[in-house]
Amino acid sequence: MLSIRNIVKQYAGHRALDDVSLEVESGKIFGLLGPNGAGKTSLIRIINQITAPDSGEVYFDGQKLNQSHIERIGYLPEERGLYKKMEIGEQMIYLARLKGLSRDEATKRLKLWFEKLGMETWWKKKIEELSKGMQQKAQFVATVLHDPDLIILDEPFSGFDPVNAEVIKDEILELNKKGATILFSTHRMESVEELCDSIALIHKSHKILDGRVKNIRNSYRNDTYLVEYAGAPLNFDGLQPFDIIGDTITDEDTNIIRVKLNGTNTSNDVLQYLIPKTHINMLQEVIPSMNEIFIEKVNQIS
Amino acid sequence: MNKILLIIQREYITRVRKKSFIVMIFVVPLLILIMGGVIALVAKNSQQLTTLQVINVVDNSGIYAKKLKDKPNIKFIESQLDINKAKAISKDDENILTLFIPTDYVKDGGVQIFSKKKSAMQVTDEIERQMNEITLNNNMVLNHIDTAVIHSLKKTDISVKAVEITATGDKDANIGPNIAITIACAILIYISLLIYGGQVMRGVIEEKTSRIIEVIISSVKPFQLMLGKIIGVGLVGLTQFAAWIILSIISTKIAGHAFNSPASPMAGALATLQTIPFGYILGCFLFYFLTGYLLYSAMFAAVGSAVDSETETQQFMFPITLPLLFTYFLSVSVLFRAPDSTLAVWLSIIPFTAPIAMMVRLPFDPPGWQLALSMFMMIAGFLFTTYVAARIYRVGILMYGKKASFKELAKWFFYKE
Repeated sequence: MLSIRNIVKQYAGHRALDDVSLEVESGKIFGLLGPNGAGKTSLIRIINQITAPDSGEVYFDGQKLNQSHIERIGYLPEERGLYKKMEIGEQMIYLARLKGLSRDEATKRLKLWFEKLGMETWWKKKIEELSKGMQQKAQFVATVLHDPDLIILDEPFSGFDPVNAEVIKDEILELNKKGATILFSTHRMESVEELCDSIALIHKSHKILDGRVKNIRNSYRNDTYLVEYAGAPLNFDGLQPFDIIGDTITDEDTNIIRVKLNGTNTSNDVLQYLIPKTHINMLQEVIPSMNEIFIEKVNQIS
Repeated sequence: MNKILLIIQREYITRVRKKSFIVMIFVVPLLILIMGGVIALVAKNSQQLTTLQVINVVDNSGIYAKKLKDKPNIKFIESQLDINKAKAISKDDENILTLFIPTDYVKDGGVQIFSKKKSAMQVTDEIERQMNEITLNNNMVLNHIDTAVIHSLKKTDISVKAVEITATGDKDANIGPNIAITIACAILIYISLLIYGGQVMRGVIEEKTSRIIEVIISSVKPFQLMLGKIIGVGLVGLTQFAAWIILSIISTKIAGHAFNSPASPMAGALATLQTIPFGYILGCFLFYFLTGYLLYSAMFAAVGSAVDSETETQQFMFPITLPLLFTYFLSVSVLFRAPDSTLAVWLSIIPFTAPIAMMVRLPFDPPGWQLALSMFMMIAGFLFTTYVAARIYRVGILMYGKKASFKELAKWFFYKE
């Protein structure tokens, strides 16, 4: 869907993007991660043709990015905003028409969306009369009204209460199911794991990590397990098939240890070793969360 | 292109729908109409009396009483009463006045008029005029001069008509009303450049502070948005002018009907109006308003894009509006007295000052080449400022929290896409 190749963007004084390349697969949900000031918004603006890169190219569906693609992209910026004095219905139609929809078509679709999200009574209201959450909802509708193939969402969940965040999340997933490709940037790591098929991590203008979420997490497996057993804390003599990381956490009569396999041992070897000695409640592999990978990667670089 | 039309449409409709716009359309011509009406009424009142003034003439000299002639609303009655009794009547009725002419009116305190209220100027003027005439006639008769001959000799009426010799023939050179109307046009251009330029600037700031700008420019190019806004607001200005012109024509027609007697001063004013070449002045007015507006509003848009709030605009507004202010003050004080001076010529050619300076020079028929050069410079000027402004605008609208200075703006100008 989107192929970003060797993008460089230089601002006076600093380089916002340095040789960044990405592939966004069609029909997938792609997460763009990175700390503040990493260059995410710069990249998103380039995809939206708000700014142009100093070098490098963006391909949209195999074609070099051009004006005709604007109508196929829906963009929800991080800083939300609408005309405060304009009636909401009229404003949504105006924004959709700027994206190439006819007035009739925009009106028809808007009615459907308003019904779907329970906003029918808002049509004649001015934006300044709506609460912040309502404004966000309206802005989301404006982003997707022209049925774009690529939806770019910058921090889509900020500003929503948990109920509405859930509503919007479901809508995003439904749009994705209908074939839209979603590209979103976020700090909320739990939503990354929940929603994204692939991610890219940008830090200090460089892409430092990208790929499918599953693969990335698997590649960060390091044979670490959590073991919980009942009874008195065990003493290990150094001959066990694993190393102990940290201290034993004891809570009443259960103990939790963190173990790292050594040699070619597997989790089965751990169980075999422990079963004669104690009563095992649980053994669980520790796969680092995206959050941990994110922090680890960022700290590594800086 | 289609998208620019959409933007123009939005900018135009949201502004035209505002109550303030509709109120302005009607209030301004109404004010003009009321002012015209008041002037006409005052003029009319000063010529004619509204109520019948009866004047009891107590003429001890016996020369005048029979010769005083009645005028509209002034009636002379020869009174046989004693002066004190006549005064008593006037004391009771304000519409009955007493004119007292003593036997020897040169001495004895002269001619007096008694009334309950101050007598109207017209009454005393009329009496003085008639009495002087009667006295003159009497003196001529006394000196055996034939009054008929004198009257025929006095029948002359000379007024000087200013005629200018031009290549196309002689023409009426009474340019007083033309100067008045072009200065009015220059003032209107000055005010409307500031008003509509300011509207463009506030529109840009609104889009920037409400953060809708990023949504819009993900659909259209910044230049399209800027141009759409400028044209949309400009059309609002033209609509306002068109409405005013139409309403003014209607109201002068009504006024013309209302004061249609040939003697009324309104008819005179209307006749003067007809000597003004409206088409020519209106054409130039529209041209200079439009090009001047395009030139200045582009700069206003650039300023709006560079700031985060309206209070920050001050430092930019002053230098930008300085040429306008300067020419405006020169125009209403000096320029129309020296319309062909070097200063006036230069001011009417430099695009930043020309819209006002050239309007003021118009009635003095500036040379054709100067007008052509001025117009050419206006077009070149607004293309130039629009180009510069667009380059600053595209960077400015996405800059937040940066304290903009002229140095910063210059840097933005040289930014790549």
